[in-house]
Amino acid sequence: MANLWSMLTATRNKGRWDWTDWVSYSYLFLGVFLMFFPVIWLVLSSFKTEADLQRYPPTFLPYQQETVMVEGFDEPLPLFRMTAGDYEGQTLAQLRRVGLQAQMIDPANPAERLRVSIDDREPVQGVALALENYTGLFERFNFLRFFWNSTFITVTATLIMLLVNAMAAFALSKYEFRGRTTVLLLVIGTLMIPQTVVLVPLFLIVSELGMLNSLWGVIIPGAATPTGVFLLRQYMITIPDEILDAARMDKASEWKIFWRIILPLSAPAIAVLAILAIMWRWNDFLWPLIVLTQSENFTLQLALNSFQGELQTDWSSLLAMTVLTLLPIAAVFMFLQKYIATGIASTGGK
Amino acid sequence: MASIELKRLCKSYGAADVIKGIDLSIAHGEFCVFVGPSGCGKSTLLRMISGLESISSGDIEIGGEVVNTIPAADRGLAMVFQSYALYPHMTVRQNLSFGLENIQTPRAEIDSKINEVATMLQIDQLLDRRPKDLSGGQRQRVAIGRAVVREPRVFLFDEPLSNLDAELRVDMRGEISALHKRLENTMIYVTHDQVEAMTMADKIAVLRLGELEQFGRPLDLFNHPRNLFVAGFIGSPKMNFMTGAVHPADRSLLTLDTGEEVSLPVDGFTHREGQKVTLGVRPNDLLPSEMGSIHTDVRSVEQLGSDSYLYGQLADGTRLTVHNPGQTRVVAGERVALSFAPDAVHLFDTETGLTLRETP
Repeated sequence: MANLWSMLTATRNKGRWDWTDWVSYSYLFLGVFLMFFPVIWLVLSSFKTEADLQRYPPTFLPYQQETVMVEGFDEPLPLFRMTAGDYEGQTLAQLRRVGLQAQMIDPANPAERLRVSIDDREPVQGVALALENYTGLFERFNFLRFFWNSTFITVTATLIMLLVNAMAAFALSKYEFRGRTTVLLLVIGTLMIPQTVVLVPLFLIVSELGMLNSLWGVIIPGAATPTGVFLLRQYMITIPDEILDAARMDKASEWKIFWRIILPLSAPAIAVLAILAIMWRWNDFLWPLIVLTQSENFTLQLALNSFQGELQTDWSSLLAMTVLTLLPIAAVFMFLQKYIATGIASTGGK
Repeated sequence: MASIELKRLCKSYGAADVIKGIDLSIAHGEFCVFVGPSGCGKSTLLRMISGLESISSGDIEIGGEVVNTIPAADRGLAMVFQSYALYPHMTVRQNLSFGLENIQTPRAEIDSKINEVATMLQIDQLLDRRPKDLSGGQRQRVAIGRAVVREPRVFLFDEPLSNLDAELRVDMRGEISALHKRLENTMIYVTHDQVEAMTMADKIAVLRLGELEQFGRPLDLFNHPRNLFVAGFIGSPKMNFMTGAVHPADRSLLTLDTGEEVSLPVDGFTHREGQKVTLGVRPNDLLPSEMGSIHTDVRSVEQLGSDSYLYGQLADGTRLTVHNPGQTRVVAGERVALSFAPDAVHLFDTETGLTLRETP
C-alpha cells in the first residue's frame, strides 16, 4: 500500500513539484477522466428511473421523487414542496393531477383535499437507486438464459480455439514438412480478408450444416483464428528444440510432448490469446445476430440490441443489462491482465 | 552388449554433404570422444546415432542390430544436451521421473531410482527446485541424472561442459569419468575441446568436414598423428610446423624454407630425397640451446611460474611456440637457437598432409 501511494505521488524531484509534474499529472488525469467518465456515467445512469433518464438537463446522480405512505391509500404518494400560493413552504402529497391543477393532501391531515396549481410546486427529490432496473431484468426478461448462452459460447469457443490454434501453431513452429511456409502464409493471408466478405459463404455453410439457430453455429466457425495461430507460433518458436529432443529421448509421444511440454511452456502466450478470445466471443455481435434468430438462443449482445426498438427504447433495462454484460469481461481482464504485458512482450520472438 | 558400429554413414542436407561416409566401431563399455573444430559434423553424427537426425545412407548398428529406422525413443539411449534441455516448468524430481513415467514404471520404483541417482550425483537436496533456481553445475548434474535414471545402454553427451566455467568444467570432467567407471556403459561424448578428449577418452575420433581423420587411443593420436590436421588439433599448445624440402642427395638433411638445415631421422620414416615435407615438433620438444640449428626471434614471453612459453617467429614468418618447464631468462626481442631430439620429430608430406612415419 505504501508502495502504491509513493508511486501515485511520485514527482520528478523528491518532495518538490516541477512544472513537468503538473503537465504529466494533468495529462494523466485527463486520460483517466476520458477513460472512466463514460463508464461511471453508464453505471450511474443504470440506476436511474425511466423518468429520470428522460429529464433535461440530465443529472449526474440518480434522483427519485420521494414518496410517502398515507393512511387510507394503498399506493405510496409522491411528495411536492409548495413554492407559491396558499400552502407555500408546506410539503404535500399528490393524489392525482388533472390538467394544470393537482389534488393534494397534507400527509399529516389526510382527510382534507387541497387543490393547487402545478406551477406552485416542485417535486421533493432524493438520491436513490432504481434497483428495479436490475430486478426487472430477471423478472421481465430471461436474463439468465441470455447470460448462459453468452457464457456457454464464450467458454466453449475459447477452449476449442485454444486447442485448435495451439495444435496448428505447434506443427507450424516445430515440424519440418513440405509446404510449411505456404501453409503459414495462407494462414496469415486470411488475416487480410475482412469477416464481412466471407459472411455470406460462411452463412451458407452453417446453414447447410444445420447449425442455424444453434449455439454451435456461433462456436464452430470461430474455432480457428489466424491471429491465434500466428501469435502462438511466434511464441513456440522460442521454445528450444533441444527440450523437445530431450522429451523424445525420454520416450514421450508427440502428443505428450504437446500436452506436457509445449502447452505449459506456452502458458503466457496462451493466456494472452485466452483473454483476446474471451473478449472477442463475449462482445461478438454480427455473427450471432445472423445465426441466432430465436430469442431463447440470444446472447447478451443480441438481447441488448433487442431493447432498442424502432419506436421506443427501454433505456433503463438497456443500461442495466449493459452494466451486467461489462462485469464478467472486466473481471476476466483484472485476473489475467498481468499475463498480457509479459505475454505480448514475449510473443514477438527473441 | 551395446557396441556401436557405423558403416559408410552419410548425411546430406540437399546438396551439402555433412557426413561423408564414416566407418567407426565402438566396443561395449568404451568411452569414445568425437572431437573436431566447429562445423565438422560431430554433433550431427551424434544426433544420427541417437535417432534424432535421419541418415542419408549407410548403417548404424547398436548391439549388433541395425537401428536405422528405429525411432530415437526405442534405441535405448540417453542423451545429455549442450543446453541441458531440462524441462523448465518441472521440478528436478519431475524432470528425472518424466522418462520413467513414459514407460509406465511403477511409482515406488521411480521414487527409489530417483533417490539413488540423486544421492549419487549429490542433487538430493535440489529435488523440489526448478531448473531456473539451479546453478549451471547443478543443472548439468540434473541433466546427467535424467540420463542415468533411465538406465540406458549407451550415453550420448553433446558438448555437456561447454556452458560451464573453467574450474567447474575440470570437476565435472572428473565426475563424468568416474560415472563411466561406475556404470561401465558405452558412452559417446562430443566436444571441440581436445583437452577434454585427451583426459576422458578411451578412444578419440577426430573429425573434420564430415570425415573421420583418425580414430584411436588418446596417446596413439598424440604420438602418431596420421596427418597434419590431427597433429595440429591434438595437443595443447599446438604442434609447431616448419615446411621445407629434403636434401636432394641426403635423406638425413632437411632444408627449411628459412634456409636453415636440420638433421632428420632416417629410420622409421619414408621420405624421399628432394621431397617437400612439413616438420612437426611439439612445443615441449623444442629446447633453447647454443647448438640449436633453428633460430627464432622471440616476440613475446609468458611466465606462468612453473612453466614458461616463448612465442617466436622464423625468418620466413612461421610462428613457433616453445614450452619451457620452469622459469626462463629469455626476454622478448632476443634471438634464440632451438634444438630438438631426433625421436621427437613428426614428418608429413606437405602436399597430401599425410604422415611419413612408417606404419609398423
